[in-house]
Amino acid sequence: MNGIDLQQSFVELLAGLGLTPAVARALWMPLPMLLVILVVTVGALASTWLERKISAAAQQRIGPEYAGPFGLAIPAADVVKLLIKQTTIPAQSDPLLFVIGPVIVFISVFLSFLVIPFGQNLVISDVGTGVFLVIAISSIAPIGLLMAGYSSNNKYSLLGGLRAAAQSISYEIPLALAALAVVMMSNNLSTIDIVNQQAGLGILSWNVWRQPIGFVIFMIAVLAECERIPFDLPEAEEELVAGYQTEYSGVNFMLFYGASYANLFLSALLVAILYLGGWELPFPIDRVAEVLRIPESSSIWQIVAAFLGITMILLKAFAFIFLAILLRWTVPRVRIDQLLDLGWKFLLPIGLGNLLITAALKLAFPVAFGG
Amino acid sequence: MEKIAENRTIIQYLPYVTRWDYLATMFTEAITVNAPEKLADVPVPRRASYIRMIMLELSRIASHLLWLGTFIADIGAQTPFFYVFREREMIYDLFEAATGMRMMHNYFRIGGVAADLPYGWLDKCEDYCHYQLEKVDEYEKLITNNPIFRKRVEGVGKITREEAINWGLSGPMLRASGVKWDLRKVDHYELYDELDWELQWATEGDCLARYFVRVREMRESCKMVLQAIKQIPGGSYENLEAQRVLGGPKSEWNSIDYQFISKKPSPTFKVPNGEHYVRVEAPKGELGVYLIGENSVFPWRWKIRPPGFINLQVLPQLVRGMKIADIMAILGSVDIIMGEVDR
Repeated sequence: MNGIDLQQSFVELLAGLGLTPAVARALWMPLPMLLVILVVTVGALASTWLERKISAAAQQRIGPEYAGPFGLAIPAADVVKLLIKQTTIPAQSDPLLFVIGPVIVFISVFLSFLVIPFGQNLVISDVGTGVFLVIAISSIAPIGLLMAGYSSNNKYSLLGGLRAAAQSISYEIPLALAALAVVMMSNNLSTIDIVNQQAGLGILSWNVWRQPIGFVIFMIAVLAECERIPFDLPEAEEELVAGYQTEYSGVNFMLFYGASYANLFLSALLVAILYLGGWELPFPIDRVAEVLRIPESSSIWQIVAAFLGITMILLKAFAFIFLAILLRWTVPRVRIDQLLDLGWKFLLPIGLGNLLITAALKLAFPVAFGG
Repeated sequence: MEKIAENRTIIQYLPYVTRWDYLATMFTEAITVNAPEKLADVPVPRRASYIRMIMLELSRIASHLLWLGTFIADIGAQTPFFYVFREREMIYDLFEAATGMRMMHNYFRIGGVAADLPYGWLDKCEDYCHYQLEKVDEYEKLITNNPIFRKRVEGVGKITREEAINWGLSGPMLRASGVKWDLRKVDHYELYDELDWELQWATEGDCLARYFVRVREMRESCKMVLQAIKQIPGGSYENLEAQRVLGGPKSEWNSIDYQFISKKPSPTFKVPNGEHYVRVEAPKGELGVYLIGENSVFPWRWKIRPPGFINLQVLPQLVRGMKIADIMAILGSVDIIMGEVDR
């Protein structure tokens, strides 16, 4: 179970051309970053297209149709439109905070992709504190939202910013507790090790069977973190115009918009990694190799396996995105006090209980619960 | 609007009235012709009365449908809005086929309606009613037992029975607070007594009760239209031409009860001396007109009592001490149309 190591091959290739390994490594470094930024952007854009198409299907409309095949060029048109649009900064606002706010939100979301693996070695950096890092970074975004809401000098923006902060803080705790139970089972914070611990029996060894309660808590909490209906209170258009985004236009708005869909993509990937076995197939792929008598070290098999892995993790992520979109166009919005009640009085105790049960099960059945 | 009425004849004024409540257009026309009809004692043929009832109930369904869409959209779910528009479109197609216009019909006339129903219209209408009954079940499946929806509307915006009466509320707002008051039952206008239907009401007085009353009224209206289609007398639906040939010139087909209009309304129809108040049960409540005539082609005074304006007054009392998000739910459940609030 080593998988292909692109970095090593790349470095060896350049070393073969006569470069020192240090230079070769330095040349390698920007490549995965660019690749991941590209993947995230495409993933976020694909989510916006899916949002349009799925909401259209739910509402018995056709959705975007003429911009490219099946309206696929709509996200690109969105980006181009927002890029060439004039950026207005309200006269009474605080211009510095107004511009920094969306940037902080955008960066904090994109930074989390640092530790999201798409395969055994397909990750920018395998940080030992992977899951912890994601949760820590995601706490930075509310600061940006609060900045945006405060600096707009608009009561709707301020209310939206405050709601965003309150919501993020409330749901971070159940989110962390749910993730902690998974971490406890795999004895590791690293995202790659969490996935590897779910390998072996295919679909049966995924964490979702061992952590059904944690799975539900995590799903609800990430939906709230993404600020999507039924938890889209910070931008509830019937009540707050558009919340903290009210005064934004052009590129600044695009940063918010992009960050919100990138955040959805990130959450979907996290659900896939923590609970749905990451890049693992529903059946153990090693056995297939054994049955087909293909040596696991052959490069073709490695490429096929890596390709299947990427497909699997994207499939799982987009299955979650599909669910989130369908939910968004089906249910009404909760009220802010009901939202906080749900977070503090329901999810938090259940999350703690889940953690306790996991710990007990781990002591009782170390085989099944990663003792 | 009231001032415009004072220098228009009734037939000239009819095209204006659909702008009061542009979502329940038939009711505004109904009250505009009912007021002078009652003052001048103009008879209405039975067939015309049935056509009016069918149109009014369809219009009630259309109004409640749109209310449902906006109410649910106000508390955050956008999708039902598209579903209700799909059904509302069919009602408007029916209206277009019968009256030539989708919203601003100008269909009611003193003594009847402007034109008889086209051939096959009643069959289409029947199909529609069966379809609509299924769709109401579909909305209920989607909305009624949704826990988030329940939490948002249950116990929100409560009006007690006494308060509802004291504020002068009417329509579903009043009936949801436990008052069995429906002008179709109280005033016995048109031929509503010939149909078998039940008054829909609830006792809780909150947003959820108002939702239930309106949804049940949609079902009830569908059933009323279905009954009216079965019972409607005379006219092209019974193959008028063939009957006339069969029965000869003295056949009954031409008696007043079998026509769609009792007499051609003259453009110079004079509103007789006298004054009175006439009301109908519009989807939003009691729609009334206080009419003073002085034996002239123009009404001397034409005071409109719109349900939306009077129901809206209760809003400040209902939202006191509630959360911002509740304002939307309460305002949505009041069901107002600004066209009639500020005429």
